[in-house]
Amino acid sequence: MASEKRLRIKTLIMVLAMVVCAVTGDLLLKRGMSELGAVHFTASALAQALLHMATSATIWLGILFLVGFMATQMTVMSWADYSYVMPAGAFGYALQTFLAVVVLHEVVSTKRWIGVFLICIGVVLVGQTKPRSTECAVREKAVASC
Amino acid sequence: MLTVLLLFVLICGSTGGEIAISHGAKKTGEPKRMRPRELLLFIGQVMCNGWFLLGIPLMAASFFALLILFSWHPLSFVIPISALSYVVGALGAKYLLKEEVNTARWAGVILVCAGVALVAAG
Repeated sequence: MASEKRLRIKTLIMVLAMVVCAVTGDLLLKRGMSELGAVHFTASALAQALLHMATSATIWLGILFLVGFMATQMTVMSWADYSYVMPAGAFGYALQTFLAVVVLHEVVSTKRWIGVFLICIGVVLVGQTKPRSTECAVREKAVASC
Repeated sequence: MLTVLLLFVLICGSTGGEIAISHGAKKTGEPKRMRPRELLLFIGQVMCNGWFLLGIPLMAASFFALLILFSWHPLSFVIPISALSYVVGALGAKYLLKEEVNTARWAGVILVCAGVALVAAG
């Protein structure tokens, strides 16, 4: 019972870290690309865009957060069900909407708020289920075969 | 017709890729401790797993399908349809990964799918 509670808490912390990394990474990439402006499909414009991407600290920071997202997602999926992690990760859409209102002062439509509400109920429902329904591999065996 | 095909690649590529990576991560086994060294070692092991290497091209195909769809259709059309990947993912988890997807989890997945579609359309 205690181990199940520990597993649930560990999974929720990792899912939250995964969502925060994804949302922060997306926001930083958006900010970094907005500094550049609209990219046109000409050789010189694309070269300029690539140069900007390679030298922008905001974009590199965004990439770092997205790498963090990938790492946390792989880690949490090593013990938790895919059908648990995938819908729980959709909480990022709700977080993005909250951030858009609070940080960017954007106006959000009623339709979008209903969507956020449905996502939150869905995430709570999935969160009630057991994070793991299958057996995990023993790591030592995998290390030997990798 | 080509749009339907690309939507198929978009949905099945992303869920198929994630399912393959999830399977690879489970085959590797969870890290014993949440320490940076242990986590880096674990990620390196997942990345040299065949399932991970299968998942990456599937996700790349899905990404390119998304880019092409964005050039043909508005975002408010593409993203709500791509939310179906939550349902396809739950089906894949049940039948391919043999996970136990109970009624509460199905209800949650369907609500999330509808919610994501509304957020994207809104």
